[in-house]
Amino acid sequence: MTEVALQAVELVRRIEGVVSHTLVNGIDLAVNKGEFVAITGPSGSGKSSLLYLLGLLDAPSEGEIMICGQPTSKLSETERADVRLTKCGFVFQFHFLLPEFTSLDNVLLPMRAAGRMTEGEMRERGLTLLGSLGLGEHANKRPNQLSGGQRQRVAIARALANRPEIIVADEPTGALDTASTEQVFSILRDIADQGQTVVVVTHDPALAARADRRIHIVDGKIQEITEQGSGELVCEAVS
Amino acid sequence: MKLLFNIAWTHVSARVRQTLVGMAGVAMGVGFTIMMAGLMQGSQIDFLRQLVDTMPHITVDDERRSVPTQPAEQEYAAVQMADIANVGKRPGIKYPESVMSSLRSWIPGDVTPSVATSAIIDHGGARIGITLTGIDPRREVQVSKLASQMREGKLDDLSRAPNGIIVGEALAEKLGVKTGNTVLLVGGQGTRLNSTVAGLFRSGLKRVDESQIYSLAGTAQLMMGQSGVVNQLRLRLNDPMSAQKVAAQVEAQTGYRSVSWQEANADLLSTFTVRDFIVLTVMGAMLLTSSFATYNIISTITHEKRQDIAIMKSLGMREYAVRRIFIIESIIIGVVGILFGWILGYLLCYGWSKITIFNPLTGTTVPLQIYYSAMHYVIAGGISLLCCAGAAYFPARKATRVHPVDIIRGAS
Repeated sequence: MTEVALQAVELVRRIEGVVSHTLVNGIDLAVNKGEFVAITGPSGSGKSSLLYLLGLLDAPSEGEIMICGQPTSKLSETERADVRLTKCGFVFQFHFLLPEFTSLDNVLLPMRAAGRMTEGEMRERGLTLLGSLGLGEHANKRPNQLSGGQRQRVAIARALANRPEIIVADEPTGALDTASTEQVFSILRDIADQGQTVVVVTHDPALAARADRRIHIVDGKIQEITEQGSGELVCEAVS
Repeated sequence: MKLLFNIAWTHVSARVRQTLVGMAGVAMGVGFTIMMAGLMQGSQIDFLRQLVDTMPHITVDDERRSVPTQPAEQEYAAVQMADIANVGKRPGIKYPESVMSSLRSWIPGDVTPSVATSAIIDHGGARIGITLTGIDPRREVQVSKLASQMREGKLDDLSRAPNGIIVGEALAEKLGVKTGNTVLLVGGQGTRLNSTVAGLFRSGLKRVDESQIYSLAGTAQLMMGQSGVVNQLRLRLNDPMSAQKVAAQVEAQTGYRSVSWQEANADLLSTFTVRDFIVLTVMGAMLLTSSFATYNIISTITHEKRQDIAIMKSLGMREYAVRRIFIIESIIIGVVGILFGWILGYLLCYGWSKITIFNPLTGTTVPLQIYYSAMHYVIAGGISLLCCAGAAYFPARKATRVHPVDIIRGAS
């Protein structure tokens, strides 16, 4: 039986104000463990808002998000932070690395915040992660000494640091050149193939086609779900 | 905590100029506070030392603190009395030697008898009211510093000169008399006595030096017209600060009014209390102001690091942990600033102690009195550290309340 890693039930995110605005409007979604899901849609469709809700960065106005079967709507902000720290890894469009820290220190940051490993274990894992992403030689470099693709790979290594079950990535290739885009997407694909769940927001239909499932969102609602074979390249235009 | 310290350290070390300005602000506040505290307490202690050295620590006189009950009140239910006759009791302390030997058995110090009376000193057309205290020169050294305050002559010269007196230097200057001169003393009973100035003293307290003269007890008794009378006991204690407590015990035992040096100078001491309050307020304001630089720096850092704060929160770092980073930053600035402030404070105190000023009261040039106390450093440092932490708390709290999504969306 397939295990559900991430589930959204009637998810609504509304911004209250003089004029209320609904970003996410009643989305039901289940992402299986080890699945690679791409969320696509036009600008302002609510795909990033959905991603922030799924990664517990934002709280829904209505509905429930379950991470590994655990409901999260009643968690306090501190408990939500703990879930983010241990179960979710984030990759953003811009790398968002701490500029004063080296690549290795940036990767060590979530592990140090979790405090579950010794300093030696953390460093070993950090170096292993950087090495596996082809950054072994850049461990002691600061972000401003790295290229855009290298920075984004450091950000991926940071997201993987605490062995999270879910990786959420918000347009991780949006600011990269073609070669770096290919490299980053391949890494995310590999992560999913190794059993971790990956949910990625992208504008790029070619990249979305490489996901196991593509969810197309318009006006905060799921308009289309396209099942695809794992790793199979399907060039289908997103309507 | 190591992680938070590392992040804090990278933030402050990346802004050397701003950090140094913040540290300098703290150092100046702490340094000048220590200097002010040392100077104020030094001058106060010096003044009190002069006061305590000049005066007996406790004076027991032959009066009662409350008016004695009249015989009529004891015998009848008298509601009104008029023209109460003075029964003409002999003044003085009864059995002074027994009282003194009893006191000597328990007081932590010594006691000596004396005769206090008022008189007028008449010389060269000048007539000045003075207090004449008749003493025993051999015992006087046990209860006062008069011997060491002698500027001309010695205490023993009282016994050698006919009706010898020792005069305050300021009074002698007013009268234009010198050692060896003869002056006329006029007592309250009309007694007139030619006395020889056997010496001059200077206590450092103007009101004493201008109005106090000393003679042998016999001379003072003669001026009072009461031979053998002792109307005052003067006590000197090993610990002058215990005078109030001992005075109360002496009064309870003897029944005579016992006045400690603190009670005698209550108005002066209350002035010190007001002065202490003003000084503490100024010092507190200085330390608070010095922490504004820290507030400014932390505000700037939190503003610049909004994106980092959002990322740390999105990674799962708790809000209070992120807040602590900025408080640690201010503590780093505070601690280093305090260390430099301590050095600055010491150097300022040392520098001020080398400055001499002319004291018009004593007519001498004296160095500024500085009181060195570790407590000044601890208090100034402690308050400064609290101010720094407080200065960081509010901008840090505001910054860490930011919703990470707002920042991440803004950066996209």
